[in-house]
Amino acid sequence: MEYAAGLSGFFVRVCRRKMHLFGAIREKEDKNMTKKQKILIKATIAFAVMFAVCPSVNAMHIMEGYLPVGFCIAWGVICLPFLATGFISLKKRISENRRSITLVAMAGAFIFVISSLKIPSVTGSCSHMTGTGLGAILFGPAAVSVLGIIVLLFQAILLAHGGLTTLGANTFSMAIAGPLLSYGIYKLCEKAKMNRKASVFLAACLGDLFTYCVTSIQLALAYPSETGGVAASSVKFLGVFAPTQVPLAVIEGILTVLIVIALESYAKPELKAIGFVKEAK
Amino acid sequence: MSKNKKTVLILLVVVVLIAAIPLFALKGAEFGGSDDAGSQMIEEIQGDYEPWFTPILETALNGEIPGEIESLIFCIQTGIGVGVIAFLMGRFVERKKWTESEE
Repeated sequence: MEYAAGLSGFFVRVCRRKMHLFGAIREKEDKNMTKKQKILIKATIAFAVMFAVCPSVNAMHIMEGYLPVGFCIAWGVICLPFLATGFISLKKRISENRRSITLVAMAGAFIFVISSLKIPSVTGSCSHMTGTGLGAILFGPAAVSVLGIIVLLFQAILLAHGGLTTLGANTFSMAIAGPLLSYGIYKLCEKAKMNRKASVFLAACLGDLFTYCVTSIQLALAYPSETGGVAASSVKFLGVFAPTQVPLAVIEGILTVLIVIALESYAKPELKAIGFVKEAK
Repeated sequence: MSKNKKTVLILLVVVVLIAAIPLFALKGAEFGGSDDAGSQMIEEIQGDYEPWFTPILETALNGEIPGEIESLIFCIQTGIGVGVIAFLMGRFVERKKWTESEE
């Protein structure tokens, strides 16, 4: 409970700080809806439809108590340097430019929403997405690890989803490995001068898939199969997670593209401030 | 801009289709979590596995979290996220309108 309260407090504070930056905005124009507002409304409706789809609970993180103690500690320790650099980089970014707080909050909120949506998949089971792609693309992988761990803590404490003992392992797969790959792919695509939307899609989608690959490998390391060792075991776990996850990864890619479109059309100044959009036109 | 609008609409439709089709295509499927599938897999590999730590909320409650409450908490999570996104997007949209009318 403490965490939830602290967390919402954090968002409220973040939002409040932003308020006076935009303080001058008043309801000046209130005429017809622009095209984009209509799009936004349609988007919310579509979201609402999606929420309604799958009430069944449980999804992907490694379950509480399912990793041996040694592994829990090891993964936790591996995460620490990432979290530290993430924290520092976030702090630096915000002190450099206070405006970027909005985007940080946005990326965090996106993870919140996306990772709470459980979506039915072709295999007849439900799973949810990670939503970490957006943050990785905007702020780099380190910063996302901080945002990701907030969500994981929320779910571990309040939802018995994932877990405190497996927090390290889950943080590594969802908030470090996935975003790292997303970031790498995005940078590669940028170098190759690919269409931005396509590269955002690829980055988010593959980052999501990679998260599940890492989860499988983590489980396999802890539970090598008697006959084939770690490799055979990881293939087995992948067999459980991968087919479920592929369509969801596509959805995650698309949603990330959508929010990037939204940000590009409405939040240009912020995107410029963090160097996501180069000065153009 | 209308090109953008088209992309947005097409993408949304695709998302909804991907999410909805399995539900209708696989009637009667359980749609349990892949976590559970994961635990079954562990049991398959390791024989009976007893988790050595139970989630703290379950310990405090002496049992599983009731399903409805669990969905409540998930809704809270979604709500926090959507609230923040909607609030910020609202500001951005308003700001853009405002700056455009200044010019």
